[in-house]
Amino acid sequence: MTLSKTALFNLTTTLLLLAGQAFAAVHDVREGDSIQAAVEAAQPGDTILVHPGIYRETVYVDKDDITLRGVVVEGEWPNLEGDKQLNDAILYSGNGFTVEWFKITHYKGNAIMGQAGNNFSIRNNWIVDTGVYGIFPEFGENGLIENNVLSGIEDAAIYVGMCDYIDVRNNRVFENVAGIEIENSRHALVEGNIAHDNTGGILVFITPGLPIKTSYDAIVRRNTVINNNTPNFAIPGSLVSTIPAGTGIIVNSGDDVVIEDNIITGNNTAGIIVTSQDFATGVAGDPASDPNPDRVQILDNVMFNNGGDPATEVKALMLTQFSTTGPDILAYKGAAEAERESCVSRKSAYRTYGLEEWGDCTSPTVRAADAVGSAPALAGTTRDVTTKMLPEPATPRVITVDANGAKLVYQGICAGCHTYNIRMIGPPVMAIKAQYGDDATAIAQYIAAPEKKRPDFPTMPPQDHLSEDMRLEVAKYMLGLNK
Amino acid sequence: MRILLVILLYWAQGSASADTFELSPFCPPALRLDDAGRCTLHSQYQAYGSLYDKGVGGLKTGLPPVRDGFTPQQIDLGRLLFFDPLLSRDGSVACSSCHDPALGFSDGRARSVGVQGTPVQRSAPSLWNVAFLERLLWDGSKQTLEEQLQGPLYAPNEMGGDPQTLLTTLQDNANYRHLFATAFDDQPLALNQVYTALAAFESSLISLNSRYDLYAHGVHSALTANEKEGLNVFRSFVARCAECHTPPLFTNQQIAVLGVPEAEGRPLDPGAAATTGDASQRGGFRVPSLRNIALTAPYMHAGNFASLRETAAFYTGGRGHAVPEGEELNLHWHIWDPQLSDRELDRLVDFLMTLTDQAFLPEIPLALPSGLPPARGPGVATGGSHALNIHTAPTAQQKALP
Repeated sequence: MTLSKTALFNLTTTLLLLAGQAFAAVHDVREGDSIQAAVEAAQPGDTILVHPGIYRETVYVDKDDITLRGVVVEGEWPNLEGDKQLNDAILYSGNGFTVEWFKITHYKGNAIMGQAGNNFSIRNNWIVDTGVYGIFPEFGENGLIENNVLSGIEDAAIYVGMCDYIDVRNNRVFENVAGIEIENSRHALVEGNIAHDNTGGILVFITPGLPIKTSYDAIVRRNTVINNNTPNFAIPGSLVSTIPAGTGIIVNSGDDVVIEDNIITGNNTAGIIVTSQDFATGVAGDPASDPNPDRVQILDNVMFNNGGDPATEVKALMLTQFSTTGPDILAYKGAAEAERESCVSRKSAYRTYGLEEWGDCTSPTVRAADAVGSAPALAGTTRDVTTKMLPEPATPRVITVDANGAKLVYQGICAGCHTYNIRMIGPPVMAIKAQYGDDATAIAQYIAAPEKKRPDFPTMPPQDHLSEDMRLEVAKYMLGLNK
Repeated sequence: MRILLVILLYWAQGSASADTFELSPFCPPALRLDDAGRCTLHSQYQAYGSLYDKGVGGLKTGLPPVRDGFTPQQIDLGRLLFFDPLLSRDGSVACSSCHDPALGFSDGRARSVGVQGTPVQRSAPSLWNVAFLERLLWDGSKQTLEEQLQGPLYAPNEMGGDPQTLLTTLQDNANYRHLFATAFDDQPLALNQVYTALAAFESSLISLNSRYDLYAHGVHSALTANEKEGLNVFRSFVARCAECHTPPLFTNQQIAVLGVPEAEGRPLDPGAAATTGDASQRGGFRVPSLRNIALTAPYMHAGNFASLRETAAFYTGGRGHAVPEGEELNLHWHIWDPQLSDRELDRLVDFLMTLTDQAFLPEIPLALPSGLPPARGPGVATGGSHALNIHTAPTAQQKALP
């Protein structure tokens, strides 16, 4: 039997396609199973389906492109339960991580915490009383936090810390100390969220003393920020413990923040507070951190019934204006100065404090035609900005299986024992070349499972953690050395 | 035959004449010679980025900018200077007295001891990975190695020298004249060359190949179950260690006010506030890297925690529990009361032990251009690198294989 060339080609193509898809597997986890065990078994591209039930564990995902998806059946959710014993429900560091449809309750640290995971999606989760934070991506680039419901968090329910290119959309946050906090982050869109009955609804902060010093380019738009009057129950010493109850939106030192088309009502201290770092005291100074909020634009927002029962320090300020109620908008100390270049639309529509030196950035009237998807950008609004996420995913973090990657691996690992012409822990490369010639394959095989060869040298530790292809590249790199 | 024997003995002793000392033309193994004749770092971490090049993040995060690009000769000259007590006022101590390779480039003491024989203000920080640090010393007051190292060189209670005497001493030494000329293109011997060479050597002390690093690069079998549990405690927002001891260097390089106790009877160390004049930084210190931390007990600026376990337990003692009466410190917000269990503290220590990697330990010189014995830390046997009995780097002093 012979195959025609065409058939062979087709077969090969099919096999190649299959090989490409074979890695995307689905792992089912049911009550009584370990989610972490499924993570261990998963390969990049795989999906882990977690069925309804109680799961008491900390799940950590140090791989790329893993999807952790809850399966909700007739109102029964998979529930990660911390019993106030476990620290975090989910920790991730891999790129391309997706977590959705989980109920997460009673952890001590976080529901979902990311450390330098890029291209993440955190959607449709139901999070109650998970300790310090609910959703906390840190050092992440390009991510989506959408349609989550969070309550009972003693710091920020959604805390975007030292991240870039993040959308926080359509979440509901209530009965937390802080609803949504954008801290030392850039390029954030906070849109369409409902923040109610927190101590403070939405925060854009620069915190001094962090390694990434800036917070700029945030749009806070179309959120409903109402009745954020819950007494502050933060841990003493934490930064949010200084937020006065009754704060709708607070910009502390963040730059280039646009606050637009929000509904901000019933917040008893103030609807919007814009302040420099001297608002919160008790933090060690950081000369590399700019304390002032620059170029804040407060465009059209619907605000009323704010300031009904202001916190002590705001009440004292307002008394200087012979008022006992708080303002819709408060610019405090450095934030009030003209050199900040901040502006407000329809200033006379609001009760304000400290806006005397702010500029005017009156918004245009928006008509139906302006709101159509294909409408051109409308000057004076941010309507044309639909996302702050990146058009392409952030750069993959891969040690490439080629000469470049081999050089890094050789220098990082092999060079600790081998040098070109001098005896170290292992024999010199010159001696290895003399033995192997140009047979890189033999070296690649040997280093996966070394055995004692030279009586005067210790046995080499196995390097089978490197793929066969990478071992070959490293062997080729080594044989190519000439100094 | 007898003549040959004499020659061999003479060769083995080394150090007697200028031509005995030659500088290595090879980079230390952490670094690779580039086409311009400079030693540059290559690490798997360079395959990863980091936000704003800050070198802080998680497992697969790039390093902060590295100080490299010195020549092999400058690095090797720095190695000789580093161990040479000639650099101190009375020839009694060298850099290596307080930064001994066998002691994690520290000295095992709570507070270091200089030429005066009495303890200095603080403990000796490790020098592993100083090539990545943007601020140095416990108070973070120096930005470059060259700037920093002049402190101990000339402080009366550390090495006690003075610039003019040091320069004259080196100029009067035929070996050093020859070596400096080799390392610095026959320029006249100058103090800046001393600083450059020492900075070059210190920058070559790279430790990025621990079992933790294997895990970070994706080899999950590199850590045991207990160690992974420790990693998760470490990066959890309950213990919060990783918030300041941030991978991949395990420091965010910031000043933090922790409220660490002083040794019995010692006044509060004002830390960064003493050099910046910013009272809000009182008691603030540079967050140290935790790489090779298992090798550098005792811990903290005051050196009064004997073990990693004891140090970890400080963080669960309650916010401000060791702050003296009457002190109002601006304690860092991450200092709180995480109520870590004994098991969690044990796992944290397990994890910290995985950060040890000394594969790129430099060789201790067998002999020095001054003819003085290489200075070693307290309790470390004198002699060449074989006393270490662990990995050593090659130099031209070693006999090259045919």
